[in-house]
Amino acid sequence: MTDVHIIGAGIHPFGRHPDMTGLDQGVYAVREALVDAGVEWADMQFAFGGSAAAGSADAALPRLGLTGVQFINISNGCATGGSSMLSGYWAIKSGEFDIGVVLGFDKHPRGAFNADPEASGLPRWYGETGMMLTTQFFAMKIRRYMELYGISETSLGRVAVKAYENGARTPHAWRRDPVDLDTVLNSQMLSDPLTKFMFCSPAEGGVAMVLASDKRMRELGLVGPKVRGAAVRTRPRGSFEVFAPSLDVERGVAPTVLASKAAYEMAGVGPGDIDVAQIQDTESGAEIMHMAENGFCADGEQESWLADGVTSLGGRLPMNTDGGCLACGEPIGASGLRQVYENVQQLRGRAEGRQVRDAKLAYSQVYGAPGLSAVAILEA
Amino acid sequence: MSTAVAEGVFVERSDGVRLIAGRRKADGEMRFPMPRGADAQFYDSVELAPVGKLWSYTVQRFRPKTPPYIGADDEKSFRPFAVGYVEFPGQVIAEGRILVDDPSTLKIGLPMRVAIEAFPTSTRGEVATYAFRPV
Repeated sequence: MTDVHIIGAGIHPFGRHPDMTGLDQGVYAVREALVDAGVEWADMQFAFGGSAAAGSADAALPRLGLTGVQFINISNGCATGGSSMLSGYWAIKSGEFDIGVVLGFDKHPRGAFNADPEASGLPRWYGETGMMLTTQFFAMKIRRYMELYGISETSLGRVAVKAYENGARTPHAWRRDPVDLDTVLNSQMLSDPLTKFMFCSPAEGGVAMVLASDKRMRELGLVGPKVRGAAVRTRPRGSFEVFAPSLDVERGVAPTVLASKAAYEMAGVGPGDIDVAQIQDTESGAEIMHMAENGFCADGEQESWLADGVTSLGGRLPMNTDGGCLACGEPIGASGLRQVYENVQQLRGRAEGRQVRDAKLAYSQVYGAPGLSAVAILEA
Repeated sequence: MSTAVAEGVFVERSDGVRLIAGRRKADGEMRFPMPRGADAQFYDSVELAPVGKLWSYTVQRFRPKTPPYIGADDEKSFRPFAVGYVEFPGQVIAEGRILVDDPSTLKIGLPMRVAIEAFPTSTRGEVATYAFRPV
């Protein structure tokens, strides 16, 4: 079977862009990706794309060119970008197509997301009485995790400090100023134990990749990271998910654990082989829990890893090298692809100012509502 | 007392307030609230114990967005409230608002009793909802 490579990557910087629509940013990213690969839109045989709040991705077609290309809109919650990626991977892996684009973009209003109980299959009173907030879920998940595994508030702070340090080195990041530990810990408490600087904000941005088969890549005289593994998994029974009025007393694993295992198996590698990782950091606690859910460390080990800088630039396994969601913000449709974009930069030795030396295997994992996770493993 | 926030969510018994959950006939999986509509036929209605243990919690420090939130307060008058999950051993872990003067006294494992809270809304006047209170 053919291998799938990423031969071009483009991004519109994340943040707030009052003069641009979400679609503008998506189109910008596609053009960047095409230029990066040195190919034309007319060469594309397929496109998969999505946004959560900025309209249909195929509205990009009149601007990119009405070539008749197969374009499929993807809508899969917070894993929309990861799902576009996976769809493009399958399209080529199946042998049907040789080259195509995956894209994601978004533009959200400020502040926590408005949630619609009925759209999530929940009773209205759940939202009416003030319980349907993603921020509460994240706070309660990490609160219990901290109690069970001895994670300190200082560790929560360290994750945020690292994110803003890395963001300061990243052209596509939104938050470009370092923030010290005291400021993080003493900033406004939003949902105990999480402070303002420990949460990411809804934001804007666009990302696109050009994927190609082994054969087409060679014909074009290009090189690019190989997709070694990619998987999306949804919540199994007993996992603790956002917008859950009740949980099973018998606890189960998170969808990330399932997606992670599946991707490692496809790639034929393990967590110890990874050189750089981008993992979902909706807030500081999420990065801590995802360090274990993705198999990088045991539950509780995060405390010493963070104190020793294992996941900082220069550490043994740098994580969220572009500042992650904390420094880039979270445009839902683009967020998972941003992680892949950063890994492509790292593997191609283009991550100036934040380059992980000799990075050969890069890992990304996006997690979100309504309880799903997407993982991709790339090889230089 | 004012009307309930919704029908069939909780009930008052002689030993206290009980939440109404559903037990799936096929495999015994429990969920709260008891499913309504087309899915209800697959569940038996089960009343949860009046007391459980705090499983996790947080404090909602900013006013939730409207919609869906219908609290009668506004940005200025909003008062933070605690919210958490209570485990009813052998049954289910359910989420609810928490009635407590000082949220810093909350701790995982604390015994919690189901109570009724008067909840002023902007759309329906005052409604009665369930909440948890440290025993």
